[in-house]
Amino acid sequence: MGLLNKITKKTSKGISNIDHSREAYEVASQWQLMWWKFRKHKLAIIAGIVLGILYILAIFCEFFAPYTPLHRFPDHKDSPPANVRFFDAEGNFSIRPFIYDVELEVDPVSFRRIFTENTESKHYIYFFVEGEPYTFWGLFETNIHFFGTKSADVPIFILGGDFLGRDLFSRILYGSRISLSFGFVSVFFVLLFGSLLGGLAGYLGGTTDTIIQRVIDVLISIPTIPLWMALAAALPRDWPTLNIYLGMVFIMSLLGWTTLARIVRGKLLSLREEDFTMAARLCGATHFRIIFKHLIPSFASFLIVNVTLAIPATILGETALSFLGLGLQPPTVSWGVLLRDAQRIETLAHQPWLLWPAVFVVLTVLGFNFLGDGLRDAADPYK
Amino acid sequence: MLLGFILKRIIQLLPLLFAVSIIIFTVIQLPPGDYLTTYIQALELSGIEVDAAMVQTLTREYGLDRPAHEQYFIWMRNILFEGDFGRSFQWNQPVTEVIGERLMMTIIISFVSLIVVWVIAIPIGIYSAIRQHSLFDYVFSFIGFIGMTVPGFLIALVSIYLIFVTTGVAFTGLFSTEFIGAPWSWAKFIDMLPRAGLAIFIIGMAGTAGLIRQMRALMLDELRKQYVVTARAKGVAENKLILKYPVRIAINPMISTIGWLLPSLISGEALVSIILNLPTMGPLMLRSLLAQDMFLAGSFLLIVSVLTVVGTLISDILLTVVDPRIRFGGVAS
Repeated sequence: MGLLNKITKKTSKGISNIDHSREAYEVASQWQLMWWKFRKHKLAIIAGIVLGILYILAIFCEFFAPYTPLHRFPDHKDSPPANVRFFDAEGNFSIRPFIYDVELEVDPVSFRRIFTENTESKHYIYFFVEGEPYTFWGLFETNIHFFGTKSADVPIFILGGDFLGRDLFSRILYGSRISLSFGFVSVFFVLLFGSLLGGLAGYLGGTTDTIIQRVIDVLISIPTIPLWMALAAALPRDWPTLNIYLGMVFIMSLLGWTTLARIVRGKLLSLREEDFTMAARLCGATHFRIIFKHLIPSFASFLIVNVTLAIPATILGETALSFLGLGLQPPTVSWGVLLRDAQRIETLAHQPWLLWPAVFVVLTVLGFNFLGDGLRDAADPYK
Repeated sequence: MLLGFILKRIIQLLPLLFAVSIIIFTVIQLPPGDYLTTYIQALELSGIEVDAAMVQTLTREYGLDRPAHEQYFIWMRNILFEGDFGRSFQWNQPVTEVIGERLMMTIIISFVSLIVVWVIAIPIGIYSAIRQHSLFDYVFSFIGFIGMTVPGFLIALVSIYLIFVTTGVAFTGLFSTEFIGAPWSWAKFIDMLPRAGLAIFIIGMAGTAGLIRQMRALMLDELRKQYVVTARAKGVAENKLILKYPVRIAINPMISTIGWLLPSLISGEALVSIILNLPTMGPLMLRSLLAQDMFLAGSFLLIVSVLTVVGTLISDILLTVVDPRIRFGGVAS
């Protein structure tokens, strides 16, 4: 009897459990269902976290970077990444990490520059350390950096230094502000042009559709990268950084809207036959209102997915153009500008750490793609 | 029937090519100042006496003193009727002579990449679909994902570094130093193979990844269909069944992928060849853009675009030939 009781208890509990989750499933909003589905995609969650960290580093780069991007340490040109240690040369443990100062020697035969650690000169790493003064977001002056050494002439180059003795890590962080924001700014315009033109084509049909479709045909028949290169080369070299930045945003969005426009058009073609569109039209809503109030929200999730997947393409575009010397120019730092230093194989062989910006680029691009993949699965939660 | 179709397609392409040429001309006209002035300034800076008569001839020949739309028509007329793409001020040679061999190289490399992409991607796509959720499938899905997302120029950069560190050979250029400028010989060809192989591998990587995904998806669709089940029930051997039915249907849409594959290969080739310093159009294009040698850059863009359009046309024609549903006037599904 007792056993039977137990069993019925168990089953009824199981049933009520199912009922519970089923009920929750049925009353959940569309966005909530998407979030539940997205949560299951572990890789996308990780990607989201990594991207979050990258963006936080970019937003607060003045604080997280130990130095300003143009600060030179003449004694540390081409210095390799610092060895952060917990044990000193005698084997003593220290809970506070430290680095040894490096000394430069030039090999008398090969003239290669060799850096050796000077175990006499020990410099501890502190958090929230006072260093170079900077103006945070152009708002207020401060000199607090996230980490660093307390001696001004012993730099900590955690990712190494470049040929002028500038800290690569700081430069990557400052560069990420430009490279990462570039993705968002250009995608905003891609979204604007893409949904507007694709929306018009799909909704109005007829001549408008034909014209827009033909324009897309023309644009996609010119290979993208050579056209990017030609357009970027047309930007005057003596323009200020902001103008070049915006010019490149313009170039990216000018050629990037076609994919999105096609997707929007396809979606609208099917949606405009739906009853709710007809109802809105009968109520006298304008075309513009129907497109932006009724149609676009009904496939907003698909737009978000495609936008997520479009961001890395624009970031790569900026990186490639700046890398080739056609985009942003030094002293402005972006990941592409930084990679220019890694162009020559001879330099790379001796200073492989100059490839670090590429790691950040790849991390970002993979991150957005995994995130987009997760979002794509989540975008249709009823499947 | 087929001939009529081809003619119709070609006629449809003419306005497209016209629009493309106008866009390209506009783009190369964008930089401020005309390039002849830039060129003369550059010459004077380097201390070379500029022949006033030559400047005048050039100005007249290419109509550089006329309004932009007339310049466009002169440019087009010279290309279409005389095969004259203008003059490279940087090289002081006709564009056709500067481009010649490099264009050939670009076409060969892009074409070989295309073939390699197909040869690699289609069997892998088929196998991944048949053995869905197998280790093989996952491994290639992962590699494919990396190949699609990580750009070729970064892969090129990292791979020349790795090759240099491990073997001490700088894999830039298409030939070792001793063969540069040497006449073609068997040894030179052998010397070229690993270098060309690396370039083709990197250029084809993104396309291969995309194609594997597409082929896999198409095959998965077909494999679930009734006729496959029927054939299996009738006892057709599995290998024969796969190759005879679903593959034949799934492979048709593959042909139309040339439409997006070719532009992306040529695009990727331009960038990768700059890093690998291949004797193709990419590095030439970059240099001409940096020097504002606009006839050269414009011609390059134009030729590459025309090649793309022609490639797409060929893929359309191939599709018609291969797919009887289109050939007999039906619609492609």
